[in-house]
Amino acid sequence: MRRAQRGRQMSARRRLSLGERLVIAAPYLWIGAFFLAPMLLIAKISVSQSVLARPPYRPIFEPSDGLAAIWAKAQTFSFDAYRALMSDTLYLESYLSSLTIAAVSTLITLIIAYPFALAMARAPERLRPMLIGLAAAPFWTSFLIRVYAWIALLKDEGLINNALLALGLISAPLQMFATTGAVVIGIVYSYLPFMLLPLYAALERQDPSLREAAADLGASPAHVFLRVTLPLSREGVVAGALLVFIPAVGEFVIPDLLGGSETLMIGRTLWNDFFSNHDWPAASAAAIALVAVLMIPLLLWERARLADEDDAR
Amino acid sequence: MSAPLLSIKSVSKKFGAVIALENVSLDLGAGEFFALLGPSGCGKTTLMRCIAGFESPDAGTIALSGVDLSGVPPYRRPVNMMFQSYALFPHLNVFENIAFGLRRQGGKKDAIDARVNELLAMTQLSAFGHRRIDELSGGQKQRVALARALAPRPKMLLLDEPLAALDRKLREETQFQLKEIQRLTQTSFVIVTHDQDEALALADRIAVMRAGRVEQVAGPMEIYDRPATRFVAGFVGETNFIEGRLERNGAAALIAAFGRIPCEPGNFPDGAQATLSVRPERIGVAREGEGIAGVVENFVFRGETTLLRVRVASNIVLRAAAGHGERHAIGDPVRLSFPPGAGTLLKEEL
Repeated sequence: MRRAQRGRQMSARRRLSLGERLVIAAPYLWIGAFFLAPMLLIAKISVSQSVLARPPYRPIFEPSDGLAAIWAKAQTFSFDAYRALMSDTLYLESYLSSLTIAAVSTLITLIIAYPFALAMARAPERLRPMLIGLAAAPFWTSFLIRVYAWIALLKDEGLINNALLALGLISAPLQMFATTGAVVIGIVYSYLPFMLLPLYAALERQDPSLREAAADLGASPAHVFLRVTLPLSREGVVAGALLVFIPAVGEFVIPDLLGGSETLMIGRTLWNDFFSNHDWPAASAAAIALVAVLMIPLLLWERARLADEDDAR
Repeated sequence: MSAPLLSIKSVSKKFGAVIALENVSLDLGAGEFFALLGPSGCGKTTLMRCIAGFESPDAGTIALSGVDLSGVPPYRRPVNMMFQSYALFPHLNVFENIAFGLRRQGGKKDAIDARVNELLAMTQLSAFGHRRIDELSGGQKQRVALARALAPRPKMLLLDEPLAALDRKLREETQFQLKEIQRLTQTSFVIVTHDQDEALALADRIAVMRAGRVEQVAGPMEIYDRPATRFVAGFVGETNFIEGRLERNGAAALIAAFGRIPCEPGNFPDGAQATLSVRPERIGVAREGEGIAGVVENFVFRGETTLLRVRVASNIVLRAAAGHGERHAIGDPVRLSFPPGAGTLLKEEL
């Protein structure tokens, strides 16, 4: 903390050159143009009225509008869509189901990816670039095709069921395709590299002498893992979990292709509102609410981290 | 020495084609401060890692208190190591770092707390228990590493270049602290170092290693005054190597190209070709009188002494240390004298 303050004082004292200001501004401009501006557009649609027209909401601001006209149009903004969000249990169930599916998938991804990341980080140095390449290899084919491939594996007359039937392990095909389980499998499969790479980065950086020191002080291999390797990889675990969890909550393609009719996910509900019901304000409100829901765990994590740092002082 | 605490017998270790240790045998006593000294790549670190259990010898045995350590993993050896990089756990504070080994041993919380506080006091870190590791200075980290390794009361403490990362002034201070802590804890310390001054200052006994072999094991004074090989003489301290023929008749002396130097003949035969190692400060320097004539070619002021380079023959320059207050200029004629026993005769190296 003290060091950070000193750093802040120093940077405050020194004038930044124009070039430095531009470099610092670049990421903010990027976020402003490609994240904040679209978010504001969606936020505006979410408080508009749904109408049967093209585009299906009112009001629409025209460049020719005077200030008075804009003010008059803004009077029609309402939070009806948000009220509907609260009252319609379909949304609530979709959110809860999305969060659950994403959380379960993230946990499974973590459990599968950790040993792989550990093996990669402990592999001989000359093999590591190849292993990273292999971890990223799925990206060489289309995401859509890879999810389709799972249909061929999971469906009733698919590869897995046929194999199990042929071996006589089952007498009737297992219902795997078009279930929530299939969605979890699809998410785990698709997002595994996003968990693997931050975990690998965190584990690879660890100083091997720390493990030797722990062993030297009497820690068995299991203790070395629990007391040294795992706690020191926490940042990688969190980074990987966020990279999997956040997109998984809003995932649309995987539940649409692999899920059944009973698989509720907010991405699908949103899609239906936009494209089937043409209720753009309702869909926009659902999207804004999703962002709010996802911000909560991020903020909690950040608070816990700061509290942690203060604790250690 | 009574039964040795650690007994290393004919240990050899290869890494691929590289021989790290070749037939090393050493006995270390309880409570001894022992130094493994040698240049980098001499095998001293490998030997230490074999004792700690991080490497296993290809051949030979290492026994602690008579118990063979072969196949005993590092976490079951009552030997702790202080790592050169310190290897402190960055996710734990100073107190928890020191408590790490104690918690693995089990025991009551009160006993652990008391032991950690005792070590914090011994290493003058009492005010730092709750500090994070990245908030410590280099010297403080070094003390945490020492306290952490000592906490579980090991039978033997291994120190891998413990002072290498400290600056010169702090190093000397820390040398005294290390000696004091070793005396207080009565633990056997084995220090690995490439720094001869460190080994001479700290150790009761020193093993000088070279290319996987032990060249000499002896106390610091004997290593310095009676080096067993040309390598030891050259590695520990400064020296002059004087080539000549041994004459045993009457008062034994080495007949060098520039004159006669009295020496102790040991068991060298008469007429043998031999090398005499003479430390610069053992050579007397005078302006006139008896002795071998030479001319000051160069000098370096060193504070308490001035190191002279004196040409005694067209192709031979000797180094001699003149006492404080004696002034010599380049080109001055001087006389060099060799008191009996000033040098050590060395075996020819293979």
